[in-house]
Amino acid sequence: MKHFLGFVKKELYHIFRDSRTLVILFGIPVILMILFGYVVTTEVKNARIAILDYSKDEVTRKIIDKIGSTDYFIIAKYLQSQKEISETFRKGQAKEVIVFEPGFGQKLKREKKASIHLVADASDANSANLVVAYTSAIINDYLLKENKAVAMPMQIVTESRMLYNPELKGVYMFVPGTMSMILVLICALLTSVSIVREKEMGTMEVLLVSPLKPAQIVFGKVAPYILLSFINVITILLLSNFVFGLPVKGSVVLLLAESMLFIILALSIGITISSSTSNQIVAMVVSMLGLMLPSIILSGFIFPIDNMPLWIKWICWLNPTTYFIIILKSVMLKGLGFLSIWKETAILAGATIILLVISIKKFKVRLEN
Amino acid sequence: MNPAAPIIKVRNLVKKFGNFTANDNLNFDVYRGEIFGFLGANGAGKTTAMKILCGLSKPTSGMANVAGYDVYHQHNKIKKSIGYMSQKFSLYEDLTVRENIRFYAGIYGMDRKSIRLKSKELIDKLGLSEAADVLIASLPLGWRQKLAFSVAMVHSPDLVFLDEPTSGVDPITRRQFWSLIYEAADKGVTIFLTTHYMDEAEYCDRVSIMVEGRIAAIDTPQRLKQIFEVESMNEVFIKLARNPEYKYEGTE
Repeated sequence: MKHFLGFVKKELYHIFRDSRTLVILFGIPVILMILFGYVVTTEVKNARIAILDYSKDEVTRKIIDKIGSTDYFIIAKYLQSQKEISETFRKGQAKEVIVFEPGFGQKLKREKKASIHLVADASDANSANLVVAYTSAIINDYLLKENKAVAMPMQIVTESRMLYNPELKGVYMFVPGTMSMILVLICALLTSVSIVREKEMGTMEVLLVSPLKPAQIVFGKVAPYILLSFINVITILLLSNFVFGLPVKGSVVLLLAESMLFIILALSIGITISSSTSNQIVAMVVSMLGLMLPSIILSGFIFPIDNMPLWIKWICWLNPTTYFIIILKSVMLKGLGFLSIWKETAILAGATIILLVISIKKFKVRLEN
Repeated sequence: MNPAAPIIKVRNLVKKFGNFTANDNLNFDVYRGEIFGFLGANGAGKTTAMKILCGLSKPTSGMANVAGYDVYHQHNKIKKSIGYMSQKFSLYEDLTVRENIRFYAGIYGMDRKSIRLKSKELIDKLGLSEAADVLIASLPLGWRQKLAFSVAMVHSPDLVFLDEPTSGVDPITRRQFWSLIYEAADKGVTIFLTTHYMDEAEYCDRVSIMVEGRIAAIDTPQRLKQIFEVESMNEVFIKLARNPEYKYEGTE
């Protein structure tokens, strides 16, 4: 125990005296959270649109007012002719142009049918889709309300409710994903680099010749990172609660315990990486490329796993981050208890044990050569 | 120096990696209190043998006894009773002099009181009291080397392994370092060192020269020079390297 405390103290000196490590440890999580929170958003907000109104009657005015009064759109420009549409897009003045046909209001009254033409800038396909969907929703809403007054004979009204995320806020999606990405990245990166640094400096040799056992060396090196990563988890949860307005619906204790399990898993990945290289740069590149991409793309963080081809699905299912994101979503968003996530927890625990055994074995093998 | 009670005793030691024989039937003793030079070209098998003696790896066959302990089963006891300094000086650059001493004393299981006493003693002895709380990174190379040597002996072992302790160091610093080695040897500490500098080989009480996994010669530097009829250890080394079949096992 005394050996161990001395070791942890020394490791903390390394961490707090190296500004780069500090930035990675505490700066990157906050920066990533804020970036994903504000920049990478799937919501439509203040999208600039243009109007081409050939009709200019009461109905079109009402619809335009309704669209303009939401937070989603800003009406940037009123066009006079068809020709101006492509120019508006080319100059990037609007994401969408709404075209009302001539005599829109009258047609709607007389023929019960009138058409609106939505033209979107699909050079950014995602936001074009969203903008069109939002506009259609607003127009449908308007019609629905008008129809109620008229009382049409028969109609089907679909009403959708988005469970667990009624306002379709991006924050619900990005917090679990960002959190798991940060933990994998920071834990694996910092442990692998700090172990490899000892190899480069030649101090690892001395530690190995000392009476410390390999497991003691490994554990002494990672223990401070467990603590600091745990602080990171708390920072992320506080940020998501107070800055992005996403509280933890389920048990916070359960969430912290699951995070702890995932931290230990990520650390053992770091130890495994460190035992395959003796160069800090290699360790860094392997941790970044080998872990960052799968935890963003192949984990269900941004792209739904259900839509992937089977062989890629298999890769996702082999990726521990996938399970951690499921756990986080279940506990944070749905407020579910341990009984609903025991399978994922068991998978993570199993993976942790396997990785720990492999990493300590590998560490031993190296020293025996 | 007492040949009757060797601190390291190696008999018929063999270490194989697959088909490759890194150590081919080594036989030698290191006597208590002597400075033993363990020489050989790169790849001759020095490091492999040293790792076995430090308890880091196990021989394929044969017997080796270090500080009274068997390398097969008692490597933990061996580790506690030896000191080790690597060629990179192996101090933590982002820790101060005092923190380095404390850390290494701690991993050898010294209690807090003896650590405090020992730190003070070492710092005073090395004349580092002004620099005790300075980061190693800002210390000149010579001081680092001295400190690394003292730190390797912080737990007062009877036997210290020095792996190329003077590589990359200027001649004056090397000379100073050798005076530290002599000082330690005078106090009865056995020094086991590897080096590529043949002038340093002359400073050793006895040397062994490894060629292709075997010990090709072992004796005092004076004796080896006589036998090979040359002026310097350098020439002994070159002669041996050119005749790998040669074998001379001393006169005792």
